[in-house]
Amino acid sequence: MLGLDLAFINWDILQKFVLGGFVFSIELTVIATLGGIFFGTLLALMRLSGKRALTASATFYVNGMRSVPLVMVILWFYLLIPFVIGKPIGAEVSAIITFIAFEAAYFSEIMRAGIQSIPRGQVFAGQALGMTYAQNMRLIILPQAFRNMLPVLLTQTIILFQDTSLVYAIGAYDLLKGFTNAGKIYGRPEEAYLMAAVVYFVICFALSWGVKRLQAKIAIVR
Amino acid sequence: MTWDWQVFLQDDGSGRTYLEWMLEAWRWTLAVAGTSWLVAMVVGALVGTLRTLPERPVLVRLANAWVELFRNIPLLVQIFLWYFVVPKIIPAFQQVPGFVLVVFGLGFFTSARIAEQFRAGIQALPRGQRYAAMAMGFTTWQSYRYVILPMAFRIILPPLTSESMNLLKNSSVAFAVSIAELTMFAMQAQEETSRGVEIYLAVTALYAASAFAVNRVFAFIEKKMRIPGFIVAGTGGGH
Repeated sequence: MLGLDLAFINWDILQKFVLGGFVFSIELTVIATLGGIFFGTLLALMRLSGKRALTASATFYVNGMRSVPLVMVILWFYLLIPFVIGKPIGAEVSAIITFIAFEAAYFSEIMRAGIQSIPRGQVFAGQALGMTYAQNMRLIILPQAFRNMLPVLLTQTIILFQDTSLVYAIGAYDLLKGFTNAGKIYGRPEEAYLMAAVVYFVICFALSWGVKRLQAKIAIVR
Repeated sequence: MTWDWQVFLQDDGSGRTYLEWMLEAWRWTLAVAGTSWLVAMVVGALVGTLRTLPERPVLVRLANAWVELFRNIPLLVQIFLWYFVVPKIIPAFQQVPGFVLVVFGLGFFTSARIAEQFRAGIQALPRGQRYAAMAMGFTTWQSYRYVILPMAFRIILPPLTSESMNLLKNSSVAFAVSIAELTMFAMQAQEETSRGVEIYLAVTALYAASAFAVNRVFAFIEKKMRIPGFIVAGTGGGH
């Protein structure tokens, strides 16, 4: 078809080249999502704390990260981490650290919106029960904020999964790299890129369909 | 570690300094981003509008498919498709320069996001606006041209601002197909000079400055286009 031969990709090649990259892409997505939400929530709490130093530093960090292209952030971390820890670091580990730090900025904006969407009365109710700030956040505010923002958080995760392909810049072995390598070795780069596109599309399309369903479900419950 | 900003005055081996190279790379970044922005806005506005047309199920479906297709494949993969796969399948594209192929990739990728904003903006309008236009005897074209689109456009200016800034940042992905833009410069100059920190700092500053400029331009447009009496999202309230 059209001078392409998609049949060159068989189970053996997938297992040998693609599977490892696929696992890394998923790993990176999951770790960066969990880490990003954790640190993002901390950043959001700092921004909403009302303490000027905390607010200013968190705002500086979030706006800084958000005004630089992800590729540049990936390059920055790959350059700087060895400086800081004093020994060379693998592209994969560097990518994981980068994505946590980068995504924290984006997740913090989502969590901030989520926390602000909770009516003030909830905070007062918690305080009236004698809860400390930490208890109030952990038991009352954050669970609700998290639930309200779940579809947005998941959508961000899909974007994150797509963005993992950018570790190409430092040569980490991810899903795209797996296909690229297979294509190079078997002399079929075009077919490999096409297959990569199909795999990414199927995963992202299925996930965003799932998010849409979830959104409808949550809307009914509320 | 000590600073060495002199690195920008060094010759890069082809008779120009690294500073000159970087500024040229900046122009490439702006050229890629600017051209892609035009493509993305035109296609995005069109596709987004088609998705809201009443009683045109085929067009709506096609437009929806466009958005799903270009939204669910990573930008880097899309750029590889345009750069490597499209010329192989369609021989006419073999004569097309890499710059144009990247503009297609980045432009269409962003068009899906902008289409989504346009659809949301149009659907956010009260139904009464559409009915009012119908009651005035407007055709579908006229009601979009004079009633719906002018209002929707103002509503979506804030998200259009951030999509435009995203587009500028995303243009960095063009490094992967050897477009001589800022990120490409950063990687090559870092390798040649080993002054990575200085080079990256300068490049990062240029990106941040460009994104900020985009932000200001949109803020200006938003201010100029504001209609007194209408409260439009994101502007902190009207009059």
